[in-house]
Amino acid sequence: MSESSRRQTYWRANIALIRNLLLVWALVSIGFSILLVEPLNQIHLGRLPLGFWMAQQGSIFVFVGLIFIYATQMDKLDRKFSNKDK
Amino acid sequence: MTVEVWTILFVSITFMIYLYIGWRSRVKDTKGFFVADQGVPAIANGAATAADWMSAASFISMAGLISFLGYDGSIYLMGWTGGYVLLALLLAPYLRKFGKYTVPDFVGDRYYSNWARLVAVVAAIFVSLTYVAGQMRGVGIVFSRFLQVDVNTGVIIGMVIVAFFAILGGMKGITWTQVAQYSILIVAYLIPAIAIAWQLTGNPIPQVAFTFSDIVDKLNAVQVDLGFQEYTQPFANKSMLDILMITVALMVGTAGLPHVIVRFYTVPNVRAARYSAGWALLFIAILYTTAPAVASFARYNLIDTLHDQKIEEVRQLDWVTKWENTGLLTLEDKNSDGVISLTPEEETSEITIDRDIIVLSTPEVAKLAPWVIALVAAGGLAAALSTASGLLLVISSSIAHDVYFRMINPNASESKRVFVGRLMVGFAIAIAGYFGINPPGFVAQVVAFAFGLAAASFFPIILLGIFDKRTNREGAIAGMVVGLLFTTIYIVGIKFGGMEPWLWGISAEGIGTIGMLLNLLVTLVVSRLTPPPPAEIQALVENLRTPGDATVALAELGEEQLD
Repeated sequence: MSESSRRQTYWRANIALIRNLLLVWALVSIGFSILLVEPLNQIHLGRLPLGFWMAQQGSIFVFVGLIFIYATQMDKLDRKFSNKDK
Repeated sequence: MTVEVWTILFVSITFMIYLYIGWRSRVKDTKGFFVADQGVPAIANGAATAADWMSAASFISMAGLISFLGYDGSIYLMGWTGGYVLLALLLAPYLRKFGKYTVPDFVGDRYYSNWARLVAVVAAIFVSLTYVAGQMRGVGIVFSRFLQVDVNTGVIIGMVIVAFFAILGGMKGITWTQVAQYSILIVAYLIPAIAIAWQLTGNPIPQVAFTFSDIVDKLNAVQVDLGFQEYTQPFANKSMLDILMITVALMVGTAGLPHVIVRFYTVPNVRAARYSAGWALLFIAILYTTAPAVASFARYNLIDTLHDQKIEEVRQLDWVTKWENTGLLTLEDKNSDGVISLTPEEETSEITIDRDIIVLSTPEVAKLAPWVIALVAAGGLAAALSTASGLLLVISSSIAHDVYFRMINPNASESKRVFVGRLMVGFAIAIAGYFGINPPGFVAQVVAFAFGLAAASFFPIILLGIFDKRTNREGAIAGMVVGLLFTTIYIVGIKFGGMEPWLWGISAEGIGTIGMLLNLLVTLVVSRLTPPPPAEIQALVENLRTPGDATVALAELGEEQLD
C-alpha cells in the first residue's frame, strides 16, 4: 500500500470508530435520558425509574467507558498501521 | 477542637502543600511556563483536568441545584460530563498533535489569519474572565462562612496563594497543585456523602444507596404530600426541547472551553491525550455520580429535620442559627401556629433554603464530627483555587503568547516571553481579585454566556479545522462571527433586554446549541463558495490526522510487547 492510501485507510477506520462511539453517546444521553425518559420510567432499576437513573447515573458511566474504549481501540489501530512500516 | 480550629488547621496545611509544590515546580522557559514541558503523565493530567474543571460551582452549588430541580437537574450532570466524550474523540488528540501553546494558536495557524486569531483571543479572555470572577467570590464565601474572616480578606489570601505558584511555576506549578487539589476536593466531597448515605440507608456507597434504597421513593411521596411534583418527574420545570438544548449546549461548550482544552497540550503525546481524557472523566464522574445521591439525601434530610417541626425546637439546632445568620436559610412562622412548614408557594412557605447550602450544611445536618466540616471547607477552597489558576493561565497566555509574541513582537527572546507571561498572570489575578471583591451583579447571568460562547465559537471551528480540509479562512471567520453574534444577541436580549425566549421557547442557557449549528452551516457553505485553503494548510491537516510515531509513543509509556 502506498503511503497516502495507507493514511486514508487509517483515517477511515478512525472515523468509523468515532461514528459508532458517538452513536452510543447520543443514544444513552439524548435518547434514553431525555427523549425516551418517560416510557423508560415505567421500568425500574433497583428502586429508581430507569429513565431517571440513566439521566443521573447510567449515562455518566457509559461516557467514561466510551473514552477508554476509544483509547484502547486506537492503540490497536496505531499498532496495526505502524507495523506495516517494517 | 472546634470547627474553626480544625478549619484553620486544614486550610493552612493545604495552603502549605500548594506553596511547596509551587516552589518545587519553578520554570524558566516558555515551554515549561505555558505547557508544563509537555511532560505530564496521562493520569496526572486527568486529575489536574478534573480539578481544573470542577469549580466552586460544581463542588458547592451543583448538588443543591439538583436537589431543587430533581430530574431536570440532569442537564448539569450529563452536560458537564458528556462533553468529555466529544473532547476525547474529536478534539484533544489532534490538538495535542498540533502541539502549540494555546487555542487561538490553532485557530490562527489553521485558518492562516491573524483576524481569526484575534477573534479567538477575545473569546478566550471573555470566557475565562467570566468564570474566574465567580471562583474568587467562592473563595471569599468559604473564608467568611467557616473562618469568620471578612470576604475581602479571604479573596486577598486566595489571590496571594494562587499568585505564588502560578507566577513561579506557570502551567507546571498549576498542574501539580491541581493534582493535589483534586485529591483534597474529592476526599472532602466523598466523606460526608458516604456518612450521610450510611446514616440514612445503611449502605456506605452513595451511588448504590441512591439506586437501591427507598429514599427516593420516600422523597417522591413527601414531595407530593407537600404539593410539589415527584422528585423523579421529568420536565417539571423545563420543556423536553429546552432540556435537550441545554444539555447539548453544556456538552459542546465544555468541549470548547479553552482552559480545559489547553490541559491536553501538556501531555507527552497523542496516545497520552486520549487516555488522559478518560482519566479526567473518570475522576470527574466520581464526584458527578455522587452529587445526585447527595442531592436527594440532603433534600430528604432537610425536609425531615425542618418541616412540620416546632420553630423553637428547630432554632435550638446550632447549624440552623448559623445558616440563618448568613441569610441563606430563613425560617418564618407566617401563620403563627408555632410550627414551620415547607410549601411550593413562596408567599406561604415558612422555610426558604438557598441551594448553595445543601453541600456545605450536609455534614452539620447529619451531625458529623467537626473535622469533617472543616475538610469540606478546605475542599471548597481547593475546587475554587484550582479552577481559578487554570483560567488565569489561559488569560495570561492569550495576551503574552497570542497577542504579544505572535502578533506584536515575534522576535522576543525566551526570557522576555516568560517575563511577559508572569506579568500577565499577575495582572489577571489582580483583575480576578477585583471582581471577587466587587462582584458585578451579572456574574451568575453570564455563566450561560461562557458556555454558549464556547459552543458557538470554538467547538465548530476546531472540529471542522480537523475533520474538513476544505474549510478555509473565509468560512471560519464568517461562521464564528455569525455564531457569536446570534448567541450574544439572544442571550443579552433575554437576560438584560427583557426579550421573550422567542425561538421555540429555548432558554438562554440552551441557545448555544443553535449558535453552534448556525456556525457549522455558515462555515461549510462559505468555505465551499470561496477558494480552498493553501496546500501547506492542507498538509498541516493531513499531519494532524496521523498520531506521529506510535511505536515510540507506546514504548515510552512502558508497553512491553507491541505486536
